[in-house]
Amino acid sequence: MSERGRVAVYLVAASALAALLVLAFLRMPAFGTDVHLYRDLAVPAAVKHVTANVVSAVNFDQRALDTLGEETILLGSVVGAAALLRPAQRESERRSPRTGRTLEATGLTGYVLLPVTLIVGFDVVAHGQVTPGGGFQGGVVLATGIHLLYLAGSYRALERLRPVEVFDVGEALGAGMFTVLGLAGILVGTAFLENVLPLGSFGSLISAGTVPVLNALVGVEVACGIVVLLTHFFTEDLTVSVAARDDEDDDGGDGDGDGDGDGDKDDRADGDDDSDGTERDEGHDGGGTEEKGGR
Amino acid sequence: MTAIIAVALTLVAAMGAAVVGTHAPERQAVTLSVYGLALTVLFVAVQAPDVALSQLGVGAAVVPLMVMLGIRRIRRDQRGEGLDGGKDGE
Repeated sequence: MSERGRVAVYLVAASALAALLVLAFLRMPAFGTDVHLYRDLAVPAAVKHVTANVVSAVNFDQRALDTLGEETILLGSVVGAAALLRPAQRESERRSPRTGRTLEATGLTGYVLLPVTLIVGFDVVAHGQVTPGGGFQGGVVLATGIHLLYLAGSYRALERLRPVEVFDVGEALGAGMFTVLGLAGILVGTAFLENVLPLGSFGSLISAGTVPVLNALVGVEVACGIVVLLTHFFTEDLTVSVAARDDEDDDGGDGDGDGDGDGDKDDRADGDDDSDGTERDEGHDGGGTEEKGGR
Repeated sequence: MTAIIAVALTLVAAMGAAVVGTHAPERQAVTLSVYGLALTVLFVAVQAPDVALSQLGVGAAVVPLMVMLGIRRIRRDQRGEGLDGGKDGE
């Protein structure tokens, strides 16, 4: 299709979409008013099941099937990333990453924040049915919190704290038990993911029936899934690419890729290589040749 | 409250434009992270703390980190492929 044809098709589609959006927005309740159709249905349903945090009631009780879908998406993407990032034959050799320098202030901050972050993560997961937060949010906090050990210390320290096999199993268990609990709803109650446990008293830690259980399972699955996902990326980046980058004398060898600022600086240098620097590119290629010849 | 929401919305629009306007993918990961923070502020302003927490964890931290690591991996492949004739240089 010619350029002009494509633009014409795009303009037709875009104007149709714009017209539909305008029509839809015109019929929406005004912003910031007291009219909330969904709230009027969701809040009484949450109160009926003794769930103080209505969002958790929606996520793990009223629409738990949606959450199962979301969880499966995460599981699928972790499996996909693991398959794609599997070391190729020529990369199968594992080398330990070079240890770089860490600023003392960074190290201290990291070690102080590591337990704090983990406790906050557990807290967010545990209180999902009572206060804002829950398995998804707390799981992400836990998974990123563990990586403070890498930022503050070394990759080796992180590897010791993070047996990937355990997290692999945890992820599968989290996702699997969610479904099992849903099936229990069919056996005991009437429907898949039906809330079948005793509901407890409003606002206490153990309340809302299956909500805290499903919440904790999602927390385990998300935390483990993201740790596994990041592990595959880090393994790729640190234990395979270090050799090719040895000739570069940057002290970000250990810290980059984790801290946004640091990694950005480093990557910016890479981008410049690609556009204008020929000397450094040759350096990389030279390293690559050696690597290939060696294997 | 409306003023705070207006400021947060403007911030989101500005940062969104900044993400689109950033051409190098490496730098885009950083603007994406800041955009995630702006969205977090917006979600807090419209009283959605659950969504704000997710946005803070996933949008501002994990996604930019994975984008960055993914780009590094692709760059390394490009260097490697460049040697033997570069079949997929893209």
